[in-house]
Amino acid sequence: METEAQSPKYIGRYVPQQDSTLKVTGTATYTFDVELPGMLYAKLVTSDRPHAKIVSIDTKESEQVPGVVAVATGKDFNFRIGIYVGDRDILAFDTVRWIGHPIAAVIAETLEAAEEGASKVHVEYEDLPAVFDPREALKPEAPLLHPKLGEYRVSPAFKPIPGTNIANRFKLQRGNVDRAFDECSVIIEDNFSMPYVAHAFMETQNCIGLYRRDGVIEVWSSLQSPFSARYLMAQSLDIPVNNVIIHNTFCGGGFGGKAGLGWEPLVAMLSKKAGHKPVKLILSRKEQFTSAAVREAFYAHVKAGFSKDGKFLAYKATFIMDCGGYGDYTVNVSRTAGYAADGSYDIENLDVESLAVYTNKVPTTAMRGFGYPEGHWVLEQIMDRAASKLGLDPVKIRLINLVRPGESSTGTGERVREDAGNPRKVLETIVKELGIGKEIDKPNEPWMVRARGFALNVKGPSQPPNASGSAIMKFNEDGSIDLLVGTGSFGQGTTTALCMIVAEEFGIPLEKVRVPFDRATDSEAYTWQTVGSRGLFVDGNATLSAIKDAKRRIVDVAKQVFRVPEEDVIISEGKVSVKGRPWLSIKLSDIAAAYTYPEGNAIGGPIIGAGYWTSVLNTYLNPETGQGIPSIFHTFGGTGVEILLNLLTGEIIVERAIQVEDVGRVINRLGVEQQMDGGLVMGMSVSLWEKMQFDQQGWLLNPNFTGYYLARFKDLPKEIKKVALETPQADGPLGARGVGEMVMISVGPAIANAIFNATGVMLNHEPMTPEAVWNALREQKSELLNEAIRGMKEHFRQTEEVMTKQ
Amino acid sequence: MARVITLTVNGRKRVANVEDNELLLDVLRDKLGVKSVKAACWRGECGLCSAILDGKAVKTCLILAVEAEGSEITTAEGISEDDKLSPIQNAFVEYGATQCGFCTPAFIVSAHSILQKNPEITEDEIKEKLSGVICRCGTYNQMLPAIKKASKEYRRSKSA
Repeated sequence: METEAQSPKYIGRYVPQQDSTLKVTGTATYTFDVELPGMLYAKLVTSDRPHAKIVSIDTKESEQVPGVVAVATGKDFNFRIGIYVGDRDILAFDTVRWIGHPIAAVIAETLEAAEEGASKVHVEYEDLPAVFDPREALKPEAPLLHPKLGEYRVSPAFKPIPGTNIANRFKLQRGNVDRAFDECSVIIEDNFSMPYVAHAFMETQNCIGLYRRDGVIEVWSSLQSPFSARYLMAQSLDIPVNNVIIHNTFCGGGFGGKAGLGWEPLVAMLSKKAGHKPVKLILSRKEQFTSAAVREAFYAHVKAGFSKDGKFLAYKATFIMDCGGYGDYTVNVSRTAGYAADGSYDIENLDVESLAVYTNKVPTTAMRGFGYPEGHWVLEQIMDRAASKLGLDPVKIRLINLVRPGESSTGTGERVREDAGNPRKVLETIVKELGIGKEIDKPNEPWMVRARGFALNVKGPSQPPNASGSAIMKFNEDGSIDLLVGTGSFGQGTTTALCMIVAEEFGIPLEKVRVPFDRATDSEAYTWQTVGSRGLFVDGNATLSAIKDAKRRIVDVAKQVFRVPEEDVIISEGKVSVKGRPWLSIKLSDIAAAYTYPEGNAIGGPIIGAGYWTSVLNTYLNPETGQGIPSIFHTFGGTGVEILLNLLTGEIIVERAIQVEDVGRVINRLGVEQQMDGGLVMGMSVSLWEKMQFDQQGWLLNPNFTGYYLARFKDLPKEIKKVALETPQADGPLGARGVGEMVMISVGPAIANAIFNATGVMLNHEPMTPEAVWNALREQKSELLNEAIRGMKEHFRQTEEVMTKQ
Repeated sequence: MARVITLTVNGRKRVANVEDNELLLDVLRDKLGVKSVKAACWRGECGLCSAILDGKAVKTCLILAVEAEGSEITTAEGISEDDKLSPIQNAFVEYGATQCGFCTPAFIVSAHSILQKNPEITEDEIKEKLSGVICRCGTYNQMLPAIKKASKEYRRSKSA
């Protein structure tokens, strides 16, 4: 990886993740591995109807199964939960809204007994008309999924429309698109879509609830955001927040699907029902696909207008997000896709409506990229198509329209700060590294096409304006440090990066700084959530603030020890010394727990530093126009790919890729590269192969890894180049910005653009499976297909000739 | 029917009382406390329950515990010698071949098994042979150089 030079001891270098030794030895403890004394197991009973009233639930036979302790139903939980719109029931109370909707939970001494018990719960339904397509669900005659929508608790930024299936409506309005379209010489109008996609984290959601006799609830859970889970749970149960303790173990992948609140309230209440014993729920893979939340499906109708010299003048878009049975978190995905519809471009006239719409399918939630992959899938293809119509190249059209930090404003009217990053340099880097404009080696087989394409990306965290984070650092007797932060550990490597910052700032070895692996909300510092690529930015700033606080305390003691003014005290290289008098120097360990004079008397005490960070710039968005300041930063980047397309089969092979992000400042280079490579693989997987396929009755046909293909080792491109640009952001931790999600946003459109550039075939719908590509080819460019077939015949005829001669 | 089986797990003789229909996966995890063996699909698709059984990497969710009677099983816990990490584990740490880490034990045992058999393995063969295990974090590009680096050590110990 290339980057600008620097010389600190840790920052910017390749540093192995601190938890990797436990991981490679199989000794990292995940919630999946946790067992508590007397632990019971729970199994869900789920709906086999897409939409129905529950007439009765008969649990008698189930309760007779040996080992079954209790059976819980919706009656045991007469409250709703949800982070932004409180539309979720924990177990269906009166209505089931999709096939897979949990109805009851059987608690038993063994998992086998719980499973048997679950098979003996009998549910009587009264079917209701169901709707599976959000565009149908918008029609006035469509069945209503949430007749009580108007009574749900809603966070201030969201607007459900009672009496409809609209869980949220977001509007972005800037300038006057209608007038602007009149001035356009090229207008592109089209429909795009993305299907339901599963997070498919390897550790399925699982958790243990322990409702203690003193009223305190402890939960061990495979989750991303212990503090939001704690808060939402306490709020739902109407108990003090500190009466909920969430244990934050290692987590086997999240990708957004373990943010907010999951199954934690269910296991807590099951524990109470089972006589305060710990109860563990482990979702099977099928339940993870059908009963938990996944990524929404996305439908877009857009109209984009450009002037004759390539200026993007007007963009009118309608986004419809199929949020399934509940919109809990997806309402914010729809809002984010709406306010970020303009991507990296300066578009004067915008009119975007973004809706989250209920249907009788699996519910949906946040997923890596959070509305940005959706918007970029559309916008980045429009750029290439407009360029082609205008006779410009894809680079030129972007240069004309890219936002200019310090001058432009985003679609929400936020000025793009001078230090926001360097989108132009991102583009130039892709051009150089991908070799855009250079000749492409033609494959030998006439039915194969090699092509290059690229797409840009930009993203910031989508969070409430007041979302904050904190950090506490405690010095130990030997000068080592325990760093307490609340950010989750699901593979992003943030905790190692935070420890690197601490080690660098004090000049001590990294081994002497550690974030504990087994954490809990009552003993770690608060952070709102670990989502939106905000972890390093928010918790990094909080850590720097804690470092500053600890240093102040050290200086307070040291100035007395040395009898010098505080401005003369220097902390570096693990030492505390006096400016200009190097002989006055003590080790950090001499002062970390209390400084002892040679006579034995002591001053000071154990040093603790505490800090926090909250954005003071963010605002709610105007409910009519979407204007305001939603993000704490924007990271600009992009992806370039060189692909091989088989015209006869529609198969795409990504041979070479280039990932570029302006991360502000590289903290752990290894961490940045892991994200860039991982995001590429996940981006390929989602855009090329992944689709949750529902039938006409709302059954999911592929709730497993045979029918739902995930990228495997053999799909790894031969060559991946990664470039981290470093345009530091003044209020970022040491200048850094987040990178975890950005890296997958532009992968899909880069591949689609490569195909468009080489063949003219437009791929509006993900995933770009061989079948989809081949069909598009046949419909849009059948001459290419015929040519490929002729080429193949000729190729084999020649081969045969050669063989016969021999 | 329940019966008693004997296994050698990571060099230690272990005895377990198992039902005929119990999976090796469940016996290892729940009865013998071998938690490095994970599960994510329970039907042979993801490879996360991989362990080395008599020298061969297998998916323990597809094997009944009674079928493993008398066999020798190695998991990620058993690959390191004494307190030292094995070459494949060291290389995984060095190259950052773990993200969430849930699949890591399966890749460690799978890579260890293929390198023991063929330390001359090529990049394409590594990709093909390890395609039975899924890493959703997509850490393949870190695992590849790690496995190549470790292969040198396996070559050395094979020729020694």
